[in-house]
Amino acid sequence: MTTTPTTPATPAPEKKSWLREHSELGVSLLLLVIGVLVLTDALTMTVDITQRGPVGPKTVPVVVGAGLLVVAFLLAIDVLRGGRGEAEGGEDVDLSEPSDWRTVLLLAGVFLAFAVLIGPVGFPVAGALLFWGAAYALGSRHLHRDPLIAAGLSLLTYVVFNNLLGVPLPGGPLMGVL
Amino acid sequence: MDSLNSLIDGFGTALTPMNLLWAAIGVLLGTAIGVLPGIGPAMAVALLLPVTYGLEPTGAFIMFAGIYYGAMFGGSTTSILLNTPGESAAVVAAIEGNPMAKAGRGAQALAAAAIGHFTGGMIGTLLLVALAPTVAALAVDIGAPDYFAIMVLAFIAVTSVLGSSRIRGLASLLIGLTLGLVGLDQMTGQQRLTFGSLQLADGIDVVIVAVGLFAIGEALWVAAHLRRTTGEALPVGRPWLGRDDVKRTWKSWLRGPVIGFPFGAIPAGGAEIPTFLSYVTEKRLSKHKEQFGKGAIEGVAGPESAASASAAGTLVSMLTLGLPTTAVAAVMLAAFQQYGIQPGPLLFEREPDLVWGLIASLFVGMVLLLALNLPLAPVWAKLLRIPRPYLYAGILFFAAVGAYAVGGEALDLVILLIIGLIGFGMRRYGLPVLPAVIGVILGPAAEQQLRRALQISDGALTGLVNTPFSVAVYAVIVLLLAWPLLRKVIVRRRNVSA
Repeated sequence: MTTTPTTPATPAPEKKSWLREHSELGVSLLLLVIGVLVLTDALTMTVDITQRGPVGPKTVPVVVGAGLLVVAFLLAIDVLRGGRGEAEGGEDVDLSEPSDWRTVLLLAGVFLAFAVLIGPVGFPVAGALLFWGAAYALGSRHLHRDPLIAAGLSLLTYVVFNNLLGVPLPGGPLMGVL
Repeated sequence: MDSLNSLIDGFGTALTPMNLLWAAIGVLLGTAIGVLPGIGPAMAVALLLPVTYGLEPTGAFIMFAGIYYGAMFGGSTTSILLNTPGESAAVVAAIEGNPMAKAGRGAQALAAAAIGHFTGGMIGTLLLVALAPTVAALAVDIGAPDYFAIMVLAFIAVTSVLGSSRIRGLASLLIGLTLGLVGLDQMTGQQRLTFGSLQLADGIDVVIVAVGLFAIGEALWVAAHLRRTTGEALPVGRPWLGRDDVKRTWKSWLRGPVIGFPFGAIPAGGAEIPTFLSYVTEKRLSKHKEQFGKGAIEGVAGPESAASASAAGTLVSMLTLGLPTTAVAAVMLAAFQQYGIQPGPLLFEREPDLVWGLIASLFVGMVLLLALNLPLAPVWAKLLRIPRPYLYAGILFFAAVGAYAVGGEALDLVILLIIGLIGFGMRRYGLPVLPAVIGVILGPAAEQQLRRALQISDGALTGLVNTPFSVAVYAVIVLLLAWPLLRKVIVRRRNVSA
């Protein structure tokens, strides 16, 4: 996957496969799939309640679904003609390096683990693991400092939300012991 | 003066200890967020939405406004000292501010920016006081067709004015509208896109969409491209201005709002265009043209003043018409919806305490910001040294807290991650995020107004255009859509006559 905002006119020095060069067609495909999904859902809807006016619960989904199909088509044409979406820059973003998929997958995994763990082990523990895991995935390698910061932040957040702001978070077995 | 009395009442609300505290927290957070790379004001407000569940609305909005203005102040510090602006509004500040800092005039650049923000914000907020009640009064009897027209205008404007590609803007808007469709139909209770899931029947909470697109999407995107060597911030002393500098900049400070305020009020992308226009204007009017590009102080003062004034302009459209023109305004609109408050012309009648308290707190916040930023700029600059893994791990952490706080459902966290991955893909392929957020927030409301309007007219499509207001709005929409074509014709004419 290339990360440089490729301008159509400049040929890349290294040889890239056609599919990589046109990976944006995937966006088009995704829009197409969502469009078909929305349209199917809308058209299979059984409206039994009598409605006033021409616009019922189906109308807007049909329009949105059709719009998605049209945009998917137009985007595909634009990409095939050499149009490219410009990747977003930022203070900490270095677009000259290729995408680091390992980090992204690790982060997504850590996040999913948090979603699974928050019920059984409670927020303070799951939150600390989330912060520690994310910091590790992002390249932090302080063996003592990282877990300490993670535990402190998680516990503090739990107390502030649960006890001060009145937004309940699950304490889990740890809070049961304390 | 009616609005003057209301404003004095508003100061009564804003100066209560609790609300002063919220304003102080808001501007502190806002400045920190503006200085910190990777966090924009929209992400900050989205992450803070769950905090407000236990808060009364006035305090919450006072805090949000503090964040919005504070982030403008703080953003210029990063631009000037690090030369890597994160917010598009702060790009111009880097052009002149960074060379100044390199030449040892960083203190002056920071002062010119801070005072510029203060002047621009003050003038902009005064204009807000003067104009907002009038706009609200003019629009007070607008009905369903008019609201629908305004929302269509918002959709068209964010897709066609922003970004470089209309198709990509439209794709983003449609993704947002689709997410907004999920759940029970508001009028008939029909299930839409729920796939039989009970949890999806409640719809996807706007907080989850906003946090997913702004926070998770951004954190993942940065993670994939994390700069291994972070730039060193230039050392700087306490900001101050000499007499010569003041002589050069005071006119620029006053010119900024003239450009910034109107651009903030219309859906044209917030502060990006006016800061640039202000820069070009200052360059043209300056007696020191040769210094531009090498550190001309006017090039910092004018645009920064325009940026803050545009934030005030944004609030005019948001409060009086319910029309969000920037990402921050869109998220604030979502917050209004959380409280069951509909921003619009009636807001000034129904919630005078809230609105005027909010406006008065803007003045309070600006004074706090000037006091915070002038002497403390070197301290804020230290924030730039935060290790990036902690910064982005922290963003993920608070995004998770926020999404879980919405309903206490682990499924919401999975939805959050999926929306975050969509946000990641959008950043990769240049789909702007704002249209999607506007689509989620305004989509359901627009559908409701459309159906209401058509019920009133008994199904006749003319029911959508039977008021002068709606006709005027549609005329603007046609102009917006035809603008690229019109411009081509004008350019060709000019070329022929030349």
